[in-house]
Amino acid sequence: MDIKLKITDREGFIHEIDAPTDMNMNLMEVVRSYELAPEGTIGICGGMAMCASCQCYVKSNHKLPEKSDDEEAMLAEAFYVEDNSRLGCQIHMTEDLDGLEVELAPES
Amino acid sequence: MITTDILIIGAGPTGLFAVFEAGLLQLKCHLIDALPQAGGQCSEIYPKKPIYDIPGFPEILAGDLVDNLMEQIKSFAPGFTLGERAQTIKKEDDGSFIVTTNKGTKHQAPIVAIAGGLGSFEPRKPLLDNLKKYEDNGIDYIIKDPEVYRDKKVLIAGGGDSALDWSIFLADVASEVILVHRRKEFRGALDSVEKVQSLKNQGKIRLITPAEVTALEGDEKLEAVTIRKKTTAVEDIRIAVDHFIPLFGLSPKLGPIADWGLEIEKNAIKVNTFDYQTNVPGIYAIGDVNTYPGKLKLILCGFHEATLMCQSAYQRIYPDKRYVMKYTTVGGVTGFDGSKKEAPKAVVKAID
Repeated sequence: MDIKLKITDREGFIHEIDAPTDMNMNLMEVVRSYELAPEGTIGICGGMAMCASCQCYVKSNHKLPEKSDDEEAMLAEAFYVEDNSRLGCQIHMTEDLDGLEVELAPES
Repeated sequence: MITTDILIIGAGPTGLFAVFEAGLLQLKCHLIDALPQAGGQCSEIYPKKPIYDIPGFPEILAGDLVDNLMEQIKSFAPGFTLGERAQTIKKEDDGSFIVTTNKGTKHQAPIVAIAGGLGSFEPRKPLLDNLKKYEDNGIDYIIKDPEVYRDKKVLIAGGGDSALDWSIFLADVASEVILVHRRKEFRGALDSVEKVQSLKNQGKIRLITPAEVTALEGDEKLEAVTIRKKTTAVEDIRIAVDHFIPLFGLSPKLGPIADWGLEIEKNAIKVNTFDYQTNVPGIYAIGDVNTYPGKLKLILCGFHEATLMCQSAYQRIYPDKRYVMKYTTVGGVTGFDGSKKEAPKAVVKAID
């Protein structure tokens, strides 16, 4: 099934999009598939939690999976980090994320 | 002036394999890379991560893949200009190109193959006011000569291997080493973490965590920094330092290549899918750095692109020569070092 996401891009535009839950995709990949950020500025490491180019701020109250050690460590070295920062590549699309609202962090 | 047949910009897996395919055609290669070692992202970002889609390798660590490629191309004796970024390109009257690095090293070749991946890796810079003013004036992102820090007061920021390793190294060189990190936890090799712990216990490294540098000051050069401790009661500490070394990793930027007059789309170089040539004849782009309809950024696609690029390069260099591709199983591999690898001859013997 598809879920609805509300994503604010780096220019401030809000996109309401459908994301599949059955294609093993994460949030970074969904953003890339809709080209909400220019290629080459997001998902640089491919989704290994090693570059923080997919950092986003979670705006809704969804319960997200706990951060892994890798994600914690990467966020500790990234810039523009806020309390609600997450790496998009570590958020897998599941049905309970329906209605998730996020904002992409600035490019750094 | 370094001269070669194919000048490859970027020593990642695609650039390295191009050396092999060129070698089979008796073409010599030289590689330029901004990083101090070959391997590109595979060595720099994820050497210990497994890759599962290299044909013939059910599983291989990225670092091992690079080691294997280096072994595979050894007999073709490629040259390397490492730790330098290709900066400018100039076309000569004879049709060849001269590529100059940021350090002034010049390379000349009739063919340039850009295998630059996502671009050259540049240090990630902290977001601080007046940062530019102190760059190379107290702030360094890369340690070139550790002696610069002899008997100086050095502050290192970061939580990865390079922050740990340089803190350990400079503990014996600098008069004082201060290590600042946003968290108490460090992401590095276990023995590095333990070494820093022991140097801290001996008073040789001053550790300030969880904290970060929030301001810089100094008239001509950097003289002091403000550090904000992120404990329950936020407190600011001012520390006089001679050097501040932020080590927050590297991020790739297309960089000067973007100004070479090549057609760029989506931060990548447009090529045709016949021979992966760009809009400038003689300049090719292979691997993650290029784009075309249906492009996939996969190492295995880079290998294919490198192979076709070499065939086209050969035709450009020797327009009058006829050539048919020969299988390595048939022709073997003859290195420029005189080595020869070939299939053992079958034994022909009658059975009575």
